[in-house]
Amino acid sequence: MENLQLIIPELFISIMIMFLLIFGVFKKNSSQLVYNLTTVSLVAALALIINLDTQIQSSLFNNSYNIDSLGRFMKILLILSGIFVMLSSSKYIQISKISKIEYPILILCSILGMMVMISSNDLIVFYMGLELQSLALYVLASFNRDNLLSTESGLKYFVLSALSSGLLLYGCSLIYGFSETTNFNQIMVNTKEIEYGLTFGIVFILVGLAFKISAVPFHMWAPDVYQGSPTSVTVFFALLPKIAALTVFIRFLYIPFYELGDQWQMIIIFLSIASMVFGAVAAIGQKNLKRLIAYSSISHMGYALAGLSTGTTQGVQSSITYITIYLVMNLAFFSCLFMLKRNDEYYENIDDLSGLSKNHPLLSLSLLVVLFSLAGIPPLAGFFAKFYIFVAVINEKMYFLAIVGLLATVIAAFYYLRIIKIIYFDPEKEKFESKHNLGLKFTLVASTFFILAYFIYPSGIVDIISQIKIN
Amino acid sequence: MNFPILSSLILLPTIGALFIFFVRSSNSQYQSSKYVALFITLANFFLSLYLWIIFDKSIVDFQFVEEREWISGFVNYKVGVDGISILFILLTTFITPICVITVNATIKNRLKDFLIAILILETFMIGVFCSLDLVVFYLFFEAGLIPMFLIIGIWGGERRVYSAFKFFLYTLLGSVLMLVAIISIYWITGTTDVIKLYELGIDAKYQNLLWLAFFSSFAVKTPMWPVHTWLPDAHVEAPTAGSVLLAAILLKMAGYGFIRFSLGLFPDASLYFVPLVYTLSLIAIIYTSLVALMQEDMKKLIAYSSVAHMGFVTLGIFTMTQQGIEGSIFQMISHGLVSAALFLCVGVVYDRLHTRLINRYGGLVAIMPKYAIVFMVFTLGALGLPGTSGFIGEFLVLMGAFKKNILVATIASLGVILGAAYMLWLYKRIIFGKLINEDVKKMVDLKRFEIVTLWLLVLPIIFFGFYPEPLINSIEVSVANMIDMNDLDKINKLALGE
Repeated sequence: MENLQLIIPELFISIMIMFLLIFGVFKKNSSQLVYNLTTVSLVAALALIINLDTQIQSSLFNNSYNIDSLGRFMKILLILSGIFVMLSSSKYIQISKISKIEYPILILCSILGMMVMISSNDLIVFYMGLELQSLALYVLASFNRDNLLSTESGLKYFVLSALSSGLLLYGCSLIYGFSETTNFNQIMVNTKEIEYGLTFGIVFILVGLAFKISAVPFHMWAPDVYQGSPTSVTVFFALLPKIAALTVFIRFLYIPFYELGDQWQMIIIFLSIASMVFGAVAAIGQKNLKRLIAYSSISHMGYALAGLSTGTTQGVQSSITYITIYLVMNLAFFSCLFMLKRNDEYYENIDDLSGLSKNHPLLSLSLLVVLFSLAGIPPLAGFFAKFYIFVAVINEKMYFLAIVGLLATVIAAFYYLRIIKIIYFDPEKEKFESKHNLGLKFTLVASTFFILAYFIYPSGIVDIISQIKIN
Repeated sequence: MNFPILSSLILLPTIGALFIFFVRSSNSQYQSSKYVALFITLANFFLSLYLWIIFDKSIVDFQFVEEREWISGFVNYKVGVDGISILFILLTTFITPICVITVNATIKNRLKDFLIAILILETFMIGVFCSLDLVVFYLFFEAGLIPMFLIIGIWGGERRVYSAFKFFLYTLLGSVLMLVAIISIYWITGTTDVIKLYELGIDAKYQNLLWLAFFSSFAVKTPMWPVHTWLPDAHVEAPTAGSVLLAAILLKMAGYGFIRFSLGLFPDASLYFVPLVYTLSLIAIIYTSLVALMQEDMKKLIAYSSVAHMGFVTLGIFTMTQQGIEGSIFQMISHGLVSAALFLCVGVVYDRLHTRLINRYGGLVAIMPKYAIVFMVFTLGALGLPGTSGFIGEFLVLMGAFKKNILVATIASLGVILGAAYMLWLYKRIIFGKLINEDVKKMVDLKRFEIVTLWLLVLPIIFFGFYPEPLINSIEVSVANMIDMNDLDKINKLALGE
């Protein structure tokens, strides 16, 4: 029973999924109601997580499920992002005619899967969580089934993701074969010596995880899926799976294989450098904003991995800080995208932003702040995110990684500047609608304010994150 | 002194910008936002003047130091001034109101946004000059890119997009290495606090690499040859107020950085790289002066002359003598005033004829006599005629250089002659000569606000030309301390084999 008390948030979400499924089927035309109830249940789940005792450090169910400070923080982050995604995209799904009861329920399912991933301390549990979230995401990606691009992106994501899951599972079985256990802590005890099979297992699992956070060279799905999916799903893709996958990265590298750092460090450094550089270069030629943000997020994941590659607690904390700020920036960016609406049609090409600043000064200002922040220009939050990463990286004397990363920010600055140029320097086009629902406005204002005002009190988040213990 | 005077200086413009931003105004009320901006910048000027008055010039230490915890356990927000930085703060707060006045003629659209950008930029500029922590310095140093990028890009000329991008990316690329160096310094010494670093010193074996990383940033910003190419573009395309701020203050951040950080933190490395800096400075002085001679665009000519003048500054700083460094600082202040004035002068005729090509003008003396007078003063100031502030700076720099290396000093002196050549030739072609262009005849002489702004600049240029004491007095102790503290003299003597 004690175990169950600690997973009340997960239980609550599972119950809500079942309840809403039945409720939605029996009550006609209840899609909007189910949507709102989902948002409310996310808020309730958030309250439940915050309500849990912060001091608790325990492993449940035969040591396969971890309740600790890392999981707690990441779950709060996850559900908060979920709430904001729901708030900002409610209007979008109505207008895009994808407002069906399955939509919010699938979102809940994938959030549940991610929560399981975050807390997992066992390869099997981790894989179950991963599949739960992935299956929901396949359907979400192709949710706009009348749209060719959406269907294509769902299928593409499914095929590639299945392949990567296969690799990952193969890696799990190799590790099980060489360590005789699936439990993370047990693996650490059983694998004092390096064996080739074990290294292969680590590599396969890392490949699978790299796929989930779309790190180069396993990024091919991201641009197509980001562009093809409905924007409300794209924002979901851009935020939540990254949190879960990063947490698993941390747990997987820093619990069972911490001792084998020299085995995986090079891989992570390679993934990091490749992602930073490729993401920055490939985004230059893009015309579609969603596709561009896909490349940009590839690049950003590279920075988060750079923090992980240090192998120090400080590095992990810097990665967590990075992902937190990244979430806020992307949330603000997508909120701006949701506002580019005219006559019930959403616009997502860069050219559509032309001269936006004349007609929509406030929206343009938000975009300006977000884009400069994504580019990592001080004094905005994005700069601090990168700053922490580089502090951790340089502490480990990894100068090459730091310099490549910083040069990549200069390249990346170019395409962010290009969007700013189009917004501010180019001739204006037709006006967009200026009426938006409250949730969307609130999301945009809150996230922009966070980015702008972060420099006033940067210690706040760092202090919270510095209390997170890994082992 | 409990009142946080430096933080007020930094914050006041931002508060003004927020005020302008939040007060909704229709077109007719644009005027009111201009007065708000003017009021704020003037208030800031008087505040900094007050700061200068109560500043104790005989004390070596940093004064008005404020320290607050910022990123816990890592970086503290720390500001303070010494005799050197206070002059740059004064220069900033003096030039900004003048820029605000010029918007009358030059900015036709989105005046409100322009004023906000200028005010935010002032915050960052003042922040650069009073920050006493490397991270805080970097933050202000880089943040200035955002408003300047917008100023060039939104209100600039035809090739504004290209210029804005070039400006932004060049400067950003230059400074990323500085960030690596700053973080490395933190891990080497355990602090980024400048005062503590002065006391601790940095191990000589790290200095060369760190010096180069800082140099890459400052060299782009100065700008030194061969990374100066962004400057002519940025100057030509920026609106008048943008050019003025760029020339008068943004370029000085680098010179200030050289003194404060390159000399202050890495004295051994500075000495090691003296030949490099000498060479680049001399090339800048001679080569860009020659390039300036051949320009057909007035703003481009002045931009190249800025590169040449900044060559004197870097030369003076790395002579590492009392005269050389004082001369450099003086030259920066003087160039800040003169180049600002010259860009304003170009702005005056550009607003009337809408061209910057020199050959479209000629014979202005007949129709714009008042303009001819002030332009004359600034021309003479730029070429360093005795009696103008330009002379003192160049003279001191050359004196420092002669002490160290006669060959270098001789070549640099040639630059003075070239400077006189291109400035006087420019003056001749614009003001004298025959009145050919019909449009020129219709030009009206200076309007009232132009007279005010230009004469406001004439006064200090002549005053400090005849009586440099207040400025020299202010920097003397700090420069002497800088030289003492790092044993620059001793290092010099060792190097010379004395």
